[in-house]
Amino acid sequence: MSEQLLRVEDLRVSFATDDGVVRAVDGISYEVAAGKTIGIVGESGSGKSVSSLTTLGLTRSRTTTIEGRIMFDGKDLLALDEDDMRKIRGNDISMIFQDPLSSLHPFYKVGAQLMEAVLTHRKVSKKKARARSIELLELVGIPDPERRVDNYPHQFSGGMRQRAMIAMALANEPKLLFADEPTTALDVTVQAQILALLEDLQKRMGMSIVIITHDLGVVAEIADDIAVMYAGRIVERAPSREIFDSPQHPYTWGLLRSIPRLDLPREDELTPIPGRPPSLILRPSGCFFHPRCPYVQEEHKRIDPRLEPVPGSSAHEVACLLAPEVRNELWRGLGAGDPQEHLVRLAAGAGATLSAARSGDGEPAK
Amino acid sequence: MARYIVRRILWGILMLILVAALTFMIFYLLPGADPAVLRAGRDASPTEVAYIRKELGLSAPIYTQFWNYMKAILLHFNFGYSFYSQQSVLSLIKDRLPATLSLTVGAVVLWSLVGIPIGIISGVLRARPLQSRTRNRMAGVLVVAALIPLGLLLVSANWAKVTGGIWVLAAIVVGVTLLTKKGTFMERSTMGGALAFVSMPTFWLGFIVLLLFASDIGKFPILPGSSTYVGITVSPWHWFTALILPWFVLAATQAAIYSRLIRGNLLEVLGEDYIRTARAKGLPERTVIWKHGVRSAITPVVTVIGIDIAALLGGAVLTETVFGIQGIGLLNYNAISDSDLPIVQGTVLLAAMFIIVLNIIVDISYAWLDPRVTYT
Repeated sequence: MSEQLLRVEDLRVSFATDDGVVRAVDGISYEVAAGKTIGIVGESGSGKSVSSLTTLGLTRSRTTTIEGRIMFDGKDLLALDEDDMRKIRGNDISMIFQDPLSSLHPFYKVGAQLMEAVLTHRKVSKKKARARSIELLELVGIPDPERRVDNYPHQFSGGMRQRAMIAMALANEPKLLFADEPTTALDVTVQAQILALLEDLQKRMGMSIVIITHDLGVVAEIADDIAVMYAGRIVERAPSREIFDSPQHPYTWGLLRSIPRLDLPREDELTPIPGRPPSLILRPSGCFFHPRCPYVQEEHKRIDPRLEPVPGSSAHEVACLLAPEVRNELWRGLGAGDPQEHLVRLAAGAGATLSAARSGDGEPAK
Repeated sequence: MARYIVRRILWGILMLILVAALTFMIFYLLPGADPAVLRAGRDASPTEVAYIRKELGLSAPIYTQFWNYMKAILLHFNFGYSFYSQQSVLSLIKDRLPATLSLTVGAVVLWSLVGIPIGIISGVLRARPLQSRTRNRMAGVLVVAALIPLGLLLVSANWAKVTGGIWVLAAIVVGVTLLTKKGTFMERSTMGGALAFVSMPTFWLGFIVLLLFASDIGKFPILPGSSTYVGITVSPWHWFTALILPWFVLAATQAAIYSRLIRGNLLEVLGEDYIRTARAKGLPERTVIWKHGVRSAITPVVTVIGIDIAALLGGAVLTETVFGIQGIGLLNYNAISDSDLPIVQGTVLLAAMFIIVLNIIVDISYAWLDPRVTYT
């Protein structure tokens, strides 16, 4: 608890729209320690971007309701007014976005945009700011920075543009960096380079990173902890290793099994998760994932599971009504290629579901 | 870039020759009065008409006439002489151009200064409703802005014309109350007002303002009426006051169009990713809107302004007619009624030249405004 740089506590963000209230984020909590990386994984519409935009105060408006606390450096960011938030944005906390071509202003030179990031928060001369821009471009591995600093964004390649965005985000040596799908718009090889760059910069500058992505492959590389989000909630959270070794939530299984793998026979088909992400206005009853879960039982349609620790692991939590032993067995069965009917029967077995009466201390009642 | 400009200019010249030929053809193909008959006047004998026709060179075949015409322009810069008054077309145009220029420049300045800020403010309010502190500041600005013209009006009017003053005061009160309402209401009312002005025909608006404010026929005679225009060299003050109403009429419709245009552009731009990045950098909201937002939103407006200026320089016929301003538009209109081909040719070529030149300027300025645009 001591050096948690960022602590999100029960964050709820909802948007009032003509179609109803969209509960984009419905009570998530996570922490990032200094120098560590957390990966937030989920499909489009899971609320992962909204949570990070809210941390920077970029979702505030008349139609948005934000509840909870976001503790950063001892202050609750949600309670700060706009002027104070502006001092933090681009300074202590930075953010990079998915598409660097549309995220950089097309009419201004890259160097000018970098200088702007510096000059907003530091009182230095234009010359110094420009020198710093060149330094930053070099830091992120852009060749020939003295010339490149006067180029326009459309004169950069995709990977270099993303590097330039990273440079801009790091201009004031932030303690925390949000990376919202930083590699989604890039080629695979460039992806690897950018991730390596982020890791390297993190080590050098000791900053924390929150990386948001739908790609588990990306977080496998770079994240220390992973939080899986679904329909505005965190459904599973664990150190990176454990998510891949012993995932506990059927949604996580679905995500892992939809990744194409080089080491499996070509003929093996990908198993996508059937169905679509639920509407955040009219969410499913009970467990949000139940319409798409192959192991759904009657009670799951009524009871909304909470995040509970996984037995045998200190940092692993999951929100699922199936009993831990059953889950382990299911995952083992999936990996071994057991037929689907067998697995479904397993889930329907007596005692497979933890009973309805759950107390707040997480003790499963029987 | 230089090659591009030269190429455009050459094409422009070709275009002008084409326009001249077209005008020639239209003139002869359309049923209009025979200029020789018009020139000869009533009760002219056929011999007189035939003589005049020969004098004016109208008996020669059309291509000979055209050839002579082009020769005169290209070799001697002679645009011919009016069939009617024998005045040189060039001198007529030179005489009337300053009036049209004054009208155009003043209107453009007025509608830009009014329309563009209104559009921007309207767009900003839609995207991010006001904080109450800003709202109060804006109310103050509006009151001051409204008081200045009120003061000017009262100075130039009779003190006894209190009714006009009361009307203006009422407008201020309404304006301030609108400001203190929710952002969307103000935005809706300004856009609604803009829509009203866009729908008004210019000549109708011209007559309305004359009936309201002209010193000879108006309800609140505080401004000079029609046919009071004088050149700026004659009397700057009279030049200015005579143009106030025509400027207002031209600017009213255009300001409305521009404010809607820039509002739409700005709203679109403010939804772009780079605006989100600018905010994430911690930039003050004002910088985000102006340096990042308006800067992008303004480029289409430049194109439209160029075209509008070109069109106006060709002569705003309706406004010039209503207000009796002796500009190019009125010259052209009268010449058409008189079947006075040389003048029509001259004004049409002038208008075409303005359009071509301004289009080139607009295209070049686009390359300057948007670094992604390059010309070869």
